[in-house]
Amino acid sequence: MAISRRIVLHFPRRLVDRPIVYRLIKDYNLEFNILKAAVTPDEEGLMVLELSGKQQEYDKGIRYLTTNGVKIQALSQDVIRNDDRCTHCGACITICPTGAFELESPTRQVRFYNEKCVACGLCIKACPPRAMELHF
Amino acid sequence: MTKTIEEINEKIQQGKAVVVTAEEVIDLVKHKSTKKVAQEVDVVTTGTFGPMCSSGAYINIGHSKPRIKLGGGRVYLNDVPAYAAFAAIDIYIGANALPDDDPRNRVYPGEFNYGGGHVIEELVAAKDVRLVATAYGTDCYPRKRLETWINIKDLNEAVLFNLRNACQNYNIAVNLSDRTLYTYMGMLKPNLGNANYCSAGQLSPLLNDPYYKTIGIGTKIFLGGGTGFITWQGTQHNPNVLRSENGVPKRGAGTLAVTGDLKQMSPRWLVGTSMLGYGCNITVGIGIPIPILSEEILHYTSVTDDDIFAPVVDYSKAYPQMESDILGEVSYAQLKSGRIIIQGKEVPTASLSSYPRAVEIAAILKEWILSGKFGLTQPVAPLPGIESGTIFKPLKERPIQE
Repeated sequence: MAISRRIVLHFPRRLVDRPIVYRLIKDYNLEFNILKAAVTPDEEGLMVLELSGKQQEYDKGIRYLTTNGVKIQALSQDVIRNDDRCTHCGACITICPTGAFELESPTRQVRFYNEKCVACGLCIKACPPRAMELHF
Repeated sequence: MTKTIEEINEKIQQGKAVVVTAEEVIDLVKHKSTKKVAQEVDVVTTGTFGPMCSSGAYINIGHSKPRIKLGGGRVYLNDVPAYAAFAAIDIYIGANALPDDDPRNRVYPGEFNYGGGHVIEELVAAKDVRLVATAYGTDCYPRKRLETWINIKDLNEAVLFNLRNACQNYNIAVNLSDRTLYTYMGMLKPNLGNANYCSAGQLSPLLNDPYYKTIGIGTKIFLGGGTGFITWQGTQHNPNVLRSENGVPKRGAGTLAVTGDLKQMSPRWLVGTSMLGYGCNITVGIGIPIPILSEEILHYTSVTDDDIFAPVVDYSKAYPQMESDILGEVSYAQLKSGRIIIQGKEVPTASLSSYPRAVEIAAILKEWILSGKFGLTQPVAPLPGIESGTIFKPLKERPIQE
């Protein structure tokens, strides 16, 4: 069975210069789409990936990552809307490149579909009341 | 058919008044004649919840022992400078004020995470705010330095005092250039990437009373979750703009200056706001009741988004360069469909004003009136109308030659 997941990888300092993702393709035949990559000031690596392939190989690939010391988180937990601050103005709607915000009809409330979110962070600073929060 | 405000207030007191929102009245006139609806309905409530830049609050902090004269000194609230040019302990904090060490746009686009609007929101939320002041000291006010926590509960007065709010209509902002713009109308993507607007349209107070026939100086309103009053026309109030046949302005027109006791307001309706690359601001909730004194007034309140038009303005050139060209006019119904056509291109739209919150304000105000706790007021003076001959002037710049 083929699956596709959006995940966040945290690389410890000792792995930042190693070709980890390359092995995912070569050894586990997984397809990936890099949504975001960064090295933080304390030299920890961070990568947001959409990873797809056969379930069995996906699981093996994830095991390979974790045994090598890569921490893995599901992406959907990472961009969060603080509903106490959101005013439902809708300024985010045209900013989001993946269309993760939609206006609900007829209430015109803004819905946030975090499964569509790629954690690019554009909405965070474009939100006037700063209701969107990024947690890695 | 005519009614008076006294008659309507009597019905409110007896619990007999019929109150509907500016959205609900639209449905009523679809099924019945304007005349019939005007007989039945006593009040139409309106609402708007958007960033309103020219806002601020004054507070009186109480005298310290020994006394300090803040006027002529410097005062900071949570590191944000407040205006200290009044007598001893009165200060004013404007929504756009920024901490001295905020990088502004030196790191472009500036984030503007905390400013005067946020201080006001925290005051209203009854959070402690850090006040740091320096003064020059006098015989009667000897103290030169003050550092203290203050809380709205302990202040003598805390009053929201906004110079320009509730704009009757507003530009639709777009960007014709090839780089992203960061404006008070939000982030504008290059090459007509998006179009941002800012009005509650058919629910917005002054769009429901286009000639200011009931809304005037002295009108009691919903302000920031409490009650307030219209104290004057807002700055840049300009009744003499292009209007549709229905009387509704097609450009920015009327504005309101409003005042109210901050102590009874709520942070849900006064929200500190950050505009990326532009600055700090505050989003303000305002609701105004319109007494249905005649069929004509009812007719104005039944205006729909289809009948309200706003100009599309390029913020890469026309707006900053004070050029009057517009790229067309679009109705709020078109804007709310999510897409408009500009220069043959389909452009996605977004709002900076919250329609769901405007609906909520109109509903709260309706509830207040129905419960008898909010009576209607007769304006003590009208807002300047078309007959006033008001002209909105640009700056007459005269270079200073030394």
